[in-house]
Amino acid sequence: MSEQALSSFGTDRARKRLRRRRAADRRFKWYGRAAIGFALAALALLLASIFSQALSAATYHVVSFRIDAGRVVAAENTSGALKEVYDQVRADLFEAFPDASGTPAGRQEVSALVTRLAALPIAERLRASPARRGMEQVSLPLSDDVDLYLKGAAARQVTINFGPVAAEPTEDGQGVRLSGAGAFARLIAAASLEHANVTDVSFLVTGGRSTVRLTRLSADEAEGSLIAGTASEFGNRALCARIILAPQSERTVSDRQIAWALALKADGRVRRVPHWSLLTHTDSTQPELAGALAAIVGSFLTLLVTASLAIPVGILASIYLEEFAPKNRLTSLIEVNINNLAAVPSIVFGLLGAAVFLGVMGLPRSAPIVGGLVLALLILPVVIIASRAALKAVPDSIRQGALAVGASRMQTVFHHVLPLAAPGMLTGAILGMARALGETAPLLLIGMVAFVADVPRGPGDEASALPVLIYSWATQAERAWEPMTGAVILILLAFLIAMNVAVVYLRHKFERRW
Amino acid sequence: MDGSAAGNEVVVTPEPAGTLALGDAPRMDCRNVNVFYSGKQAIFDVSLPIPDRSVTALIGPSGCGKSTFLRCLNRMNDTIEGCRVEGEIIMDGKDINSPVIDPVLLRSRVGMVFQKPNPFPKTIYENIAYGPRIHGLAQGREDLDEIVEKCLKRAGLWEEVKDRLTVPGTSLSGGQQQRLCIARAIAVRPEVILMDEPCSALDPIATARIEELIDDLRKRYCIVIVTHSMQQAARVSQRAAFFHLGKLVEMGDTDQIFTSPRDRRTEDYITGRFG
Ligand SMILES: Nc1ncnc2c1ncn2[C@@H]1O[C@H](COP(=O)(O)OP(=O)(O)OP(=O)(O)O)[C@@H](O)[C@H]1O
Ligand SMILES: [Mg+2]
Repeated sequence: MSEQALSSFGTDRARKRLRRRRAADRRFKWYGRAAIGFALAALALLLASIFSQALSAATYHVVSFRIDAGRVVAAENTSGALKEVYDQVRADLFEAFPDASGTPAGRQEVSALVTRLAALPIAERLRASPARRGMEQVSLPLSDDVDLYLKGAAARQVTINFGPVAAEPTEDGQGVRLSGAGAFARLIAAASLEHANVTDVSFLVTGGRSTVRLTRLSADEAEGSLIAGTASEFGNRALCARIILAPQSERTVSDRQIAWALALKADGRVRRVPHWSLLTHTDSTQPELAGALAAIVGSFLTLLVTASLAIPVGILASIYLEEFAPKNRLTSLIEVNINNLAAVPSIVFGLLGAAVFLGVMGLPRSAPIVGGLVLALLILPVVIIASRAALKAVPDSIRQGALAVGASRMQTVFHHVLPLAAPGMLTGAILGMARALGETAPLLLIGMVAFVADVPRGPGDEASALPVLIYSWATQAERAWEPMTGAVILILLAFLIAMNVAVVYLRHKFERRW
Repeated sequence: MDGSAAGNEVVVTPEPAGTLALGDAPRMDCRNVNVFYSGKQAIFDVSLPIPDRSVTALIGPSGCGKSTFLRCLNRMNDTIEGCRVEGEIIMDGKDINSPVIDPVLLRSRVGMVFQKPNPFPKTIYENIAYGPRIHGLAQGREDLDEIVEKCLKRAGLWEEVKDRLTVPGTSLSGGQQQRLCIARAIAVRPEVILMDEPCSALDPIATARIEELIDDLRKRYCIVIVTHSMQQAARVSQRAAFFHLGKLVEMGDTDQIFTSPRDRRTEDYITGRFG
């Protein structure tokens, strides 16, 4: 027998079969690695794109002003204080750019550097401490469009630094002529690469607090008219050229506004600071003022309602179904329907919520309580299924052991089965919550997409939620919302990752073998 | 059974034909027990008196219903969906299947040790202490410590684990785990201990220790053991019952069953001709 077996190992056919089998093994391993590699690459791509999108929202530009606090405090109400602050800000700007401030249109152009609403937090802060009387240094965010151009993050914008060149005022005194052998070749190259119609292109060359808009450009010489500052500032210093390929008529920001912002920056009045207001402000119509605080609180309140309903109900239901319920037609019907419920599209739950909670029960629209109820219904089947799986995974021998020493059914479940199933149940609960955190569709249908300017104080207040905020910011036209959206996505992802890390931690901490 | 038997009003029933007379009233008396799994009958009309302070071995080929019958004795069949038990099982003059009997209380009086050791995934101490605690058998911590020590000693495990009572019971070896399960069973002061192939997962040395233990426990408890090993049945039991296809074929003193079986099937099984 054994001789025959040995010799059959040695035959060619056996060897060939063995080789084929090994090759199949290896192939399968590579398929697996390829699948994992693909998944990781997709994840990396997603994260990289969100990060790069959100990066420019991590900081923003603020302008500092000196405000007479006494006059603000003296105002009768907040709107009076707001007007006072903004008037002072504008006066300051008019003083800084007197050339433009002669006409109403020019004044409007100058004031647009800072939006009126940006003065509101300052006005509120000053009114909150009326003891302050003197001059106060305050910082207001630069208008979002101007901010984008300063960051170099606006669409169709190229920024090129180039070396010192000779500069002289033009004959009429309104312009500057720059000259240097081959100094401007790169500008021409950069502009013509993307845009053929040179007359539409703005070439802004900045030196110090002065900016010139080029009207004539050749490789060795450039000439243009001053839109801010004086001609004397261009000589013998590093210059920066901003080529803006979109014509002024198609932009919300004029060349002059960009030049003014650059002048303020050269004066040291513009600083790039971390965008904390993204976390401390509520939603706003102005991107530079908008923040996700109301949505974060709204999401938190919503999840609170969801958790306090779905987790106890789901866990108790699963314990009953798994440990106590008789196994008959009715319970298997219930089981099938729970599984079905888990597969129902979330928007259907939104419709149900709108019809029942808003329509029949008359709960408030846009409130976390309703959102929480809808999401609780949505994740209930998920929680039940995960908890039942965790209970099923507890070996029957444990139950029998407990029953055999005279423990009641209830004691068996609560003393022996639950401690073993708890990590799995908790995992299911947290995964359910993570799903609830990311749900958008049902919240849209119950009106949580409404613009919310105040932080909700309780589950009955109007609120938004993070995914809904992402949705509404992503659908805004203004370009400045794009990085803001990315930033909120990152906030949401941070919460999700925190939850998943909690899952892994709990599983490791409580995992027990038997 | 002498002293303890005097206290309770056991109704001594006529012995079914073909059995040896018992010295004492049986600790548990099974009469005409039938068991059905979802309508399919697994045990047919089994009548078996189980004497106190001795070991009764249930033997028979696989699938003949030994485990099913054993589970009748502490109503563990209640936990099996679709299982129905008929007939009387008398303990202390009461039918344990009657609705007035609380199965939880019954199981504290009729302990069970399973084929595969199934200690709770808790500490060794907790494994033993759990039963006494839920039944309120201990007053205070010292009392509980004493019970744990006593049970572990009686199960022959004390010397091996006395320094590590706080390690998980699941970290012991298979034989130690099984002895821990026996200690756990006796910790609730049962009167009857049921063992379903307690040594089938153990090596010969661990088996020998368990057998020694069973022989020792026999002095205090009524023990019913299911085993596939004829040698084991011969070594540890005083009474034996041979099951075949759900029927009780023969019962009697172990010596008699093994030396002069009355039934052909018993003889064939014992001598290894089938099973
Ligand atoms: N939970 C159950 N549901 C349905 N039928 C069962 C169940 N348990 C046992 N049976 C059936 O009852 C009969 C007796 O089974 P039992 O487990 O009592 O046999 P056994 O004598 O213990 O066998 P073994 O020696 O292999 O353990 C078998 O035919 C089996 O198929
Ligand atoms: Mg069995």
